[in-house]
Amino acid sequence: MTNHNFEIVDVTLRDGSHSMRHAFTKEQVRKTARGLDQAGVNYFEVSHGDGLGGSSMQYGKSKVNELELIETAAAECSQAKISVLLIPGIGTKKDLTEAVKVGANMVRVATHVTEADVAKQHIELGRELGLKTVGFLMMAHMAPIEKLVEQAKLFESYGAEVVYVTDSAGALLPHEVTERITALKNELSCEIGFHGHNNLSMAMANTVAAVQAGATYIDGSLRALGAGSGNTQTEVMVAIFEKMGYQTGIDLYKILDVANDVVAKFMPRPQEVTGSSLMMGYSGVYSSFLLHTEKAAKQFKIDERDVLVELGKMQAVGGQEDLIYEVAANIANK
Amino acid sequence: MSKCKVAILGSGNIGTDLMYKIERSDALELTMVAGVDPDSKGLRLAKERGYLTTIKSVDGLLEYSDNFEMVFDATSAKMHQFHSDKLTSIGKQVLDLTPAAIGPFVVPPVNLNQLQTEPNVNLVTCGGQATIPIIHAINRVCPVSYAEIVATISSSSAGPGTRANIDEFTETTANAIEKVGGAKKGKAIIILNPAEPPVLMRDTIHATVEEEGKEVEILHSIKDMVKEVQAYVPGYRMNTEPQISGKEISVFIEVEGAGDFFPTYSGNLDIMTAAATRVANQLALQRTDSAKEGVK
Repeated sequence: MTNHNFEIVDVTLRDGSHSMRHAFTKEQVRKTARGLDQAGVNYFEVSHGDGLGGSSMQYGKSKVNELELIETAAAECSQAKISVLLIPGIGTKKDLTEAVKVGANMVRVATHVTEADVAKQHIELGRELGLKTVGFLMMAHMAPIEKLVEQAKLFESYGAEVVYVTDSAGALLPHEVTERITALKNELSCEIGFHGHNNLSMAMANTVAAVQAGATYIDGSLRALGAGSGNTQTEVMVAIFEKMGYQTGIDLYKILDVANDVVAKFMPRPQEVTGSSLMMGYSGVYSSFLLHTEKAAKQFKIDERDVLVELGKMQAVGGQEDLIYEVAANIANK
Repeated sequence: MSKCKVAILGSGNIGTDLMYKIERSDALELTMVAGVDPDSKGLRLAKERGYLTTIKSVDGLLEYSDNFEMVFDATSAKMHQFHSDKLTSIGKQVLDLTPAAIGPFVVPPVNLNQLQTEPNVNLVTCGGQATIPIIHAINRVCPVSYAEIVATISSSSAGPGTRANIDEFTETTANAIEKVGGAKKGKAIIILNPAEPPVLMRDTIHATVEEEGKEVEILHSIKDMVKEVQAYVPGYRMNTEPQISGKEISVFIEVEGAGDFFPTYSGNLDIMTAAATRVANQLALQRTDSAKEGVK
């Protein structure tokens, strides 16, 4: 890190897959990848929204096979490196090996915040393959800080070079982010990252808090394209951190251009804080449940917010999209 | 009628729960439990209940080879081949509850009848036992071009073996969805949920069939199959009516365990031991039948 204080990892082409209902085309990926690379982004992620192997009836089938999308993106990179997301239980070591063959250089192995031990083999494989290897603790709001530290230490012991606090539900508030990042900085020797969602309009504030507490990997997406209300907005981050005196290594005009001339053109709808996404942050529900909940609520003619509150009460975790239909059916039958 | 004598290899949680289930079987008689750890709770319980025990694992069993005809292997995938070779070479039938899968897969209501003389059968995975009967039920009405299952289990019922080898679960289950369930293409997803109190095992089956218009028959077939599984897993049930939209069908299952050795939320562990006991029981009955035919 010579010319910048932290890495901004752009997740438009992965978290954005949720908002795109997993229908990214090669052309969209090509142009976005080219823009990110030219703007000076060092790492960006390309995968199904639920990671490698996520194409399914449960989460939505990919329109174009993610391996083709990774390959397409890799062909556009002069300096940027491509990350892939791998959620053990959904994707496998075999999927990772295939992704590396077509150009992935970084893997982020994601588990629920209390389940880090399922990722041991995948993190070890990442290191063996020479990838930048990251551990991603999802739904970080659901565990007390001591638990988060314990699980982060597991990731570090398996070989993760970076461990992320992942606010999958967009439920954390800035002081909670500060507490979590600070605890990990104190207890671990690897780098610490933060991934935010904007369900409570806190993504940017949380990301600033993370950096101030010592996070050196932060995630964003162009025009905030991502699950729920979307992620921290990459181009806004570049502007804000510059104003704060940090070096981002990213060209503001160029990142604005790819956000507005490329991504905004194919976004199915703006990433707003709507009643439902707000309720996800408020009830602590996994952000990618949004569109599935919308569909089920419509089918059963019930209020989406009731479904989301119930899912929060049931302590649903990432990946349990099948629960949404059942909860909606049960509410409708009451 | 004389019962078929069986032994359990492995005195961990699975082996111990098996002991209770075998005790309720009308065709099986448990004679021996083998482990390696003299202090294990499983061996202590087995001794208390009057079974012969050994801490010499498979070698301990071999010393008493007249005591059993079938062995349940509830140890580990790593040890299974070694155990199976020793046992099958002296003519014992082996039921494999590990992910080793060296013998053919067995899912009781689907293909048990075809496996009578196999020296070694494998019980797939918990997710496979909970979902493959449903895939088969759909496939017997209308060919399934794609089937995908999502198994959600409570974190506290996922043991260290499952956690260290989670890809084994997804890959083995996907393979059995095709081989036993009959789907042309299979996929499996597993999710661990740490909620307290622990959640019951849930399994969702998403299937795509080749043609529309057979909804009534499919629903009927699924309901029949649920009853068949309930015969050996009483806590197996559909939570919601299946969702059918065009060629796509989703079925939502919940598995509550019998609460023998495991807590009831561990439906995932319970369905494995219940299925294994069912398999042994049916194989034993078939043996008796063929023996009767033999003396005619």
